[in-house]
Amino acid sequence: MNDTLADRAAGATPPALARRVVGLSDRAIAWLFVGPTIFLLLAINIFPLLWTVYLSFTDYRANRPNRDVEWVGLRNYERILNDSDIWLSMQATAHFLIWTIVLQVVIGFALAWLINRKFKGNDLWTTIIVLPMMLSPAVVGNFWTFLYQPQIGLFNYVVAWFTGQDPSSFEMIGSVDLAPWSIVIVDTWMWTPFVMLICLAGLRSIPDYIYEAAEIDRASKLRQFFTLTLPMVLPFLMLAILFRGIENFKMFDLVVQLTGGGPGSITELASINLKREAFEKWRTGYSSAFAIVLFVTVFGLASIYVKALNKVKER
Amino acid sequence: MSAWSITEPSARQKGIAGFLVITYALITMLPLLWIFLTGFKSPPDSISYPPKVLFSPTVEGYVNLFTTRTRVSPSQLAEMPPPENFAEEIVRSRDMAIVGPSKFGDRFLNSVIIGFGSTFLSIVLGTLAAYAFSRFRIPFTDDLMFFILSTRMMPPIAVAIPIFLMYRTLGLSDTHLGMILLYTAVNISLAVWLLKGFIDEIPREYEEAALIDGYTRFQAFHKVVLPQAATGIASTAIFCLIFAWNEYAFAVLLTSGTAQTAPPFIPTIIGVGGLDWPAVAAGATIFLLPVMIFTVLLRKHLLRGITFGAVRK
Repeated sequence: MNDTLADRAAGATPPALARRVVGLSDRAIAWLFVGPTIFLLLAINIFPLLWTVYLSFTDYRANRPNRDVEWVGLRNYERILNDSDIWLSMQATAHFLIWTIVLQVVIGFALAWLINRKFKGNDLWTTIIVLPMMLSPAVVGNFWTFLYQPQIGLFNYVVAWFTGQDPSSFEMIGSVDLAPWSIVIVDTWMWTPFVMLICLAGLRSIPDYIYEAAEIDRASKLRQFFTLTLPMVLPFLMLAILFRGIENFKMFDLVVQLTGGGPGSITELASINLKREAFEKWRTGYSSAFAIVLFVTVFGLASIYVKALNKVKER
Repeated sequence: MSAWSITEPSARQKGIAGFLVITYALITMLPLLWIFLTGFKSPPDSISYPPKVLFSPTVEGYVNLFTTRTRVSPSQLAEMPPPENFAEEIVRSRDMAIVGPSKFGDRFLNSVIIGFGSTFLSIVLGTLAAYAFSRFRIPFTDDLMFFILSTRMMPPIAVAIPIFLMYRTLGLSDTHLGMILLYTAVNISLAVWLLKGFIDEIPREYEEAALIDGYTRFQAFHKVVLPQAATGIASTAIFCLIFAWNEYAFAVLLTSGTAQTAPPFIPTIIGVGGLDWPAVAAGATIFLLPVMIFTVLLRKHLLRGITFGAVRK
């Protein structure tokens, strides 16, 4: 180890020189280096989280800071579990989460598999495909409302051109049936490249000789795909799902710009509902409890998932 | 490797794969291309049916983006001195007059200040912490690293409530400093994870040699580790910058005036009678283009950055 070697080197030199060499002890340097980061995270992440926990047991309202704060125990949590709005927003989140992940995994994996055929210029096209996901979701989401306009929007025009329908006959954002799909489409457009990149890393990690061996054993291409390619890419795919899952569970910026939760509250995802409770209705205590419920849900699901992921990796 | 390999896809396979991928890439680029084109359309062209691909380009959108205008009557227009530049000429052709600059310049500048400020801070703090986690035996390293990662699982709105209250008490709401600290706190998890990966890859022997030669820890860190980690630090910095640049939820909740960044501002650009789409598209183009350029330049380091260092080349 580094420390022991350095210590031995220091021990072999005269004490005065050793003091100059070592200067601060390694332990002091370690805490000096880690300290600011931990402090910042404590101040801006953990302290607020604890404060949220405290607020969740009160009826505090941030728009009336001078009112007496009352301790209400678990009442906020009780109400959340019985609040039909919250259940609706959880359903909207589930619909969004499941469909974006399904589409992104299917399209992302297919693209990665195709790119891995190593056709000429695949680097360039990969970079182009990746562009949407690096951009600001709010700015891009806002522009998609323009593309989704019934008459003048490019999206409706292109769909109409392919299906032969009248472009003003359907409204992606305005209709209750299509709005949940409008956000799925934009998120898929934006984030499929992410799944693709991770799958591509997985595919490229499989050494050629494995396929050569399979070829010698006369395994069919289809068999190679299901017994070699898929199992070896699976840990990567699961990692991609984990990242997308966490991100889309807390989805806010893209959807709030696209539909604002509408029409009605059909696309009101958990985060949008939370924002409405906290910063429009100013039910700070109640929304804090909701925030804690959301955080515990993400954290719990992610922990279970990571365990499953590690099992797959060990195989 | 031999010239011919049985695992090499055939030319026909490559052709089909290339065709499908290029088709997807072109479709995926359409919305971005449309943003770019709309920025150079006149307002009537931008909302024409069917959507116009061929049009006479104008910089009206860009002029509208950077100016505030007021409607003037034809008689007032006739009395005004002749237009001094192309911008005034364009505006007057719509029976309007420029009354001053818009807020876009300020908002863009805020994005630059907050983006670079928080990136600088995250990189300085992140590099120190990553070095310590990589080289010293810190108790509960794994737990601390997981703790750092888990701060990313919170929905931004959940943290925004107490931060809103905290900033109100401390007088940090709607200030550059407040936003820089906040984005640093969010970015530092990414920075520490990525940088630890990069520093782990630098052989310890280099520093040990330096230590034996009489360098102090600080000197070894400064003169041996930092130059070796330079590429990693640079690509981490770009990722922090892109995050801070794109962030919307905190910006819209915690800023309204002096420190507001561009993402909450661009969707609120209003023209006469509804959104001024060419101006919105012009703002989006100016705002998105730097990120696209960075993405192209950075493509080799992309994967590691976006996966928290979980996937390495």
